Amino acid sequence: MIEIRGLDKSFGAHKVLRGVDLTVGRSEVVCLIGPSGSGKSTLLRCVNFLESYDAGEVRIAGKLIGYEDAPDGTRRPMGAWRLREMRREIGMVFQHFNLWPHMSALRNVAEPLRRVRGLSVSEADDRARAMLKRVGLSDKAAAYPSRLSGGQQQRVAIARALAMQPRLMLFDEPTSALDPELVGEVLEVMKSLASEGMTMLIVTHEMGFAAHVADRIAFIDDGRIVDEGRPRHVFHESAEPRVRQFLQTYHDRNSF
Amino acid sequence: MDFEVLWRYAPSLLSGFGVTVLCWGAGGALGVALGFLIALLNRLRLAPLRRLLRVFIEVFRGTPFLVQLFLLYAGGPYIGLRLSATTAGVIGLGLYSSAYFAEIFRGGFAAVPVGQIEAATSVGMKPFDVLWRVTLPAALIAALPPIVNMLIVLSKETVVLSIITVPELMYQMQTMAAETFTAFDAIFAMAVFYWLLVEGVSRLGRRLEARVTAFMAEEARPA
Repeated sequence: MIEIRGLDKSFGAHKVLRGVDLTVGRSEVVCLIGPSGSGKSTLLRCVNFLESYDAGEVRIAGKLIGYEDAPDGTRRPMGAWRLREMRREIGMVFQHFNLWPHMSALRNVAEPLRRVRGLSVSEADDRARAMLKRVGLSDKAAAYPSRLSGGQQQRVAIARALAMQPRLMLFDEPTSALDPELVGEVLEVMKSLASEGMTMLIVTHEMGFAAHVADRIAFIDDGRIVDEGRPRHVFHESAEPRVRQFLQTYHDRNSF
Repeated sequence: MDFEVLWRYAPSLLSGFGVTVLCWGAGGALGVALGFLIALLNRLRLAPLRRLLRVFIEVFRGTPFLVQLFLLYAGGPYIGLRLSATTAGVIGLGLYSSAYFAEIFRGGFAAVPVGQIEAATSVGMKPFDVLWRVTLPAALIAALPPIVNMLIVLSKETVVLSIITVPELMYQMQTMAAETFTAFDAIFAMAVFYWLLVEGVSRLGRRLEARVTAFMAEEARPA
């Protein structure tokens, strides 16, 4: 579903991604872990081209995103219309939810359905209600984001992405901005999505969640994938010193 | 305090107050509309256009309103622009304030968190829909308090119009003071009138702000 090959990305003189290769198959759940500033989020954002990349390629279901190959073999930026077409198939959930504060939960979910999918008000509202129900927020349809807890806001954001019926979902540290006791409700929703066969690429610091839900884990450090494999492999059998050191720090911090 | 004089001049004072409110309202509306247009055009990111708008803003923010008004009213005829005093006053207020309003709207746009726009982009919304449904409402909410503030500032700038003989409150006051030698009464009455105007505007602004924030904080009433 997602094929990333030789991806390079710099912010000015700073190289953020250095030749990243990663594949996510249909219905596969892949978690990206690693220290902050390692390039995890940038990699994720390249997948729906919120961030442009300098070299290499990102393909969604075989189709290059963000660029088009011209007949003369060069590459040019993709037309805005076609880029939007592709983005419609890719759901994204952000660390800070990014709900629209001037719309109720229902409107947040229904708005893209109306504007992008062209549904009528009643069709959009019906589907939005169904989506809110699915994330357990039927009773919060009329509430504005400022009246919702972080966990509830993130579930609305998931419903908003899901309502578009995407073929894959990207999660950018979906629980990092949440109070610890609110993390569980969001992870539950993600878990059920995974079990229904959604293709998911997740940047996370929730090692427990990654260990239980991910089919594969990729450890990124300094713009490179240092190790990759089944959770068991990365968490317990990795020979990479950088991975072991990272996990050791994690264990030390979380043991009491 | 000579109430007899005030009473005698009441009709002209009230008509002056009316002209003041009218000039302020029309000039403010023109300024808001023009400022909004400038801020929108600025977002097109056309370098030559942006430079032009920048010059416009700097000129109208960088020179005294009185000078602008004189240039427009007294200098206008030299380029074939013959305006009545009141029309010149309204246009002058509009141009002058539009520079400030443009900056206020720019600030409003800048205050919209990038994430909200990314969320709209990531679901594949068209740029116009992103602007209309996401950026604009959030920008206007952020810009509301400084807009009200600028309108209050502008309401007091209207006194300057008296210099080009617009028959607004200040003009009527001066006439009364000159004809009856009651300077203190005139100035006192004027202060009361302006205070009434400003108080009215700021109350209106506060109510508007309260409504806007309330609708985002409250659970919407069930339909």
